[in-house]
Amino acid sequence: MNSKVLAAPVTAAPRNRLRLSLDRFGLPLVFILLCLVMAFSSEYFMTWRNWMDILRQTSINGILAVGMTYVILTKGIDLSVGSILAFAGLCSALVATQGYGLLAAVSAGMFAGAMLGMVNGFMVANLSIPPFVATLGMLSVARGMTFILNDGSPVTDLPDSFLAMGIGKLGPIGVPIIIFAVVALIFWMVLRYTTYGRYVYAVGGNEKSARTSGIGVRKVTFSVYVISGLLAGLAGVVLAARTTSALPQAGVSYELDAIAAVVIGGTSLSGGTGSIVGTLFGALLIGVINNGLNLLGVSSYYQQVAKGLIIVLAVLIDVWRKKKR
Amino acid sequence: MAPPLLLHAEQVSKAYAGVPALRDGRLSLRAGSVHALCGGNGAGKSTFLSILMGITQRDAGSILLNGQPVQFDRPSAALAAGVAMITQELEPIPYMTVAENIWLGREPRRAGCIVDSKELNRRTRELLQSLEFDVDATSPMHRLSVAQIQLVEIAKAFSHDCQVMIMDEPTSAIGEHEAQTLFKAIRRLTARGAGIIYVSHRLSELAQIADDYSIFRDGAFVESGRMADIDRAHLVRGIVGQELQRIDHKVGRECAAATCLDVNGLSRDGEFQDISLQLRQGEILGIYGLMGSGRSEFLNCLYGLTLPDAGSATLQGQPLPTGTPAATIRAGMSLVTEDRKDSGLVLSASILANIALSAYKQLSSWSVINARKEQALAQSMVKRLQIKISSLDLPVESMSGGNQQKVVLAKCLSTQPICLLCDEPTRGIDEGAKQEIYHLLDEFVRAGGAAIVVSSEAPELLHLSDRIAVFKGGRLVTVSSDTALSQEALLSLAS
Repeated sequence: MNSKVLAAPVTAAPRNRLRLSLDRFGLPLVFILLCLVMAFSSEYFMTWRNWMDILRQTSINGILAVGMTYVILTKGIDLSVGSILAFAGLCSALVATQGYGLLAAVSAGMFAGAMLGMVNGFMVANLSIPPFVATLGMLSVARGMTFILNDGSPVTDLPDSFLAMGIGKLGPIGVPIIIFAVVALIFWMVLRYTTYGRYVYAVGGNEKSARTSGIGVRKVTFSVYVISGLLAGLAGVVLAARTTSALPQAGVSYELDAIAAVVIGGTSLSGGTGSIVGTLFGALLIGVINNGLNLLGVSSYYQQVAKGLIIVLAVLIDVWRKKKR
Repeated sequence: MAPPLLLHAEQVSKAYAGVPALRDGRLSLRAGSVHALCGGNGAGKSTFLSILMGITQRDAGSILLNGQPVQFDRPSAALAAGVAMITQELEPIPYMTVAENIWLGREPRRAGCIVDSKELNRRTRELLQSLEFDVDATSPMHRLSVAQIQLVEIAKAFSHDCQVMIMDEPTSAIGEHEAQTLFKAIRRLTARGAGIIYVSHRLSELAQIADDYSIFRDGAFVESGRMADIDRAHLVRGIVGQELQRIDHKVGRECAAATCLDVNGLSRDGEFQDISLQLRQGEILGIYGLMGSGRSEFLNCLYGLTLPDAGSATLQGQPLPTGTPAATIRAGMSLVTEDRKDSGLVLSASILANIALSAYKQLSSWSVINARKEQALAQSMVKRLQIKISSLDLPVESMSGGNQQKVVLAKCLSTQPICLLCDEPTRGIDEGAKQEIYHLLDEFVRAGGAAIVVSSEAPELLHLSDRIAVFKGGRLVTVSSDTALSQEALLSLAS
């Protein structure tokens, strides 16, 4: 027992430092490790083309996950992003096929997404419906509306200018990747450098304290659902352009991947802590796993199992980390 | 022969990550006595108590219970041996009844799985009767007052045949009146031969209830003895480690004639009725009242957290906005809320973000935060309030209670208010930090501000305020400028 007491001060300090750095760099470390393993398993993995593939695959989920991060930071959840994505994609494609031009089509998609987001925000912030229930309702309503809108048939024959949003390239880099990068950068900066960003953290960290500090809690809560809807709309446009047609059944269960990316990225479901950078790594990790398992020829059934396990593991590590405090 | 010791702890120590939290914890508890455990924040009391309860494991030292050495590896083991603790944060299950809460996990059963409610309620009534607690066994927990919930917790401990009861700040959330009920209950427990370890920052209360005392300071035992042999000043000296400068903050304070805040017939149904009072510049107005007298509700309404049903208020001649704290802050008013963890701080956020939380309008242009201004504000507040920090980026939850309270004050002062509302500004913090906060409030009004301070502690108000308003049952009974008033007189006005 005595030796234990003597030994404690010597070892404890470095261990503490190690844990602190694991907190911050744990996920990137796992990400790099996974990439290394993949690089040794498949020589194709580390090629420019494959990485462009991974990033393009990740871009849709990444855009959704950025909006989801805002929602989850306020202790909320948005289950309707997959349905909103389909609805907005279809709206946008319809406008595009009417010959209104690219700007009108993209705006229509984002506007449709933002409107549905406003309905979510109104239900949660003003009617005090729990976010899980409100957005679960929207998940079904928006999907139904998508089928009603075009009688359940896809919109095809999209103009080339529209398709460029999905399959075009700017130099060597695909347009979806650039859109994703711009979205991530903007919303990272908003969260980090603006008063609004601080309010989002404060509302999720302690709603009552936020209110006494003079923060418009309702406005902030409302706004995060609008952001999530807006970005789901944008993702819908990009997806429609990438698949060269807007399908009413697009984006089913995409909300789960978005939530997974946020949670793996270290944002707490109980609100108040997390970051866009974490979410980026979370989304990339999912992308690399999907890609890697594909390259290794693992069947997509196993891929789902693997993804599920990794999500649970990521949260488990988070729980352990907090318990040690 | 002296009566046998119920509990005897010696040289108990514990270090976290190499930093000693407790170096030498000692305590001797006699059967049938109340033992006050005193010390400032960080003195090691909490660590010592959690070791006694088996929540944390000690590094060294010995603990004897009834002369037998014990080492509890978890709280349930301590409970089984007859050691129970009632903490600051009570956690009943709100929608279950008193009886169900007391026997949770040990319900009398029929056929091994069906709860025998009749037997359950009968046992509970018996238990409550034997302790003479006035609580209904079948009432759901969420209908009870904080004091009643504490009585239930005590009853629960005694349903385990408890011999040693640890009470950590049991009166921090209840009023004077309910505290007396609790003290009566404590005396009944000691009459049955139980020993009670009692922790509280309210020193006047200790003189009233405790038989013995022990003082911890900086993680080590300092002294112990009979409460009757010492006075308050001796206790404070022991806790603080030096003669505490008790400055009379009011000396030389001149209230200007100008009215700062004028409240006219403010009412809110079911909370407070027809409150009219004036607050002058440079004045501290104390508000005294029992739990449920409407004092906190009055402050919350004034600040805009709730809407008044009737009446109005003006701040420096301008009508005070209602219903939006943001507008009230802009008008020049701030509120230090009653419960810093519940409604004052964002615990998971950094010290920096908490201090700046209300002031971001001034710290930003086009809603982009000026990081240099933000840092400068936080630094100046840390200096002005003497907040002890190692880094502004650490989360607030890593700080002690006194320092957390200072962060709340810093947040409120950072919007440069002319009128400061403080609801229990010194609740649950140690004597040294209390004095610092008194000093700060005094400085604030001397610089031309005005403050309203709500407190359950009469001596605090008598010491601090120029006038005292007494609330009772939602009404303003009187405003007295006689600060030579005795505590007893205040209490009788309020009850």
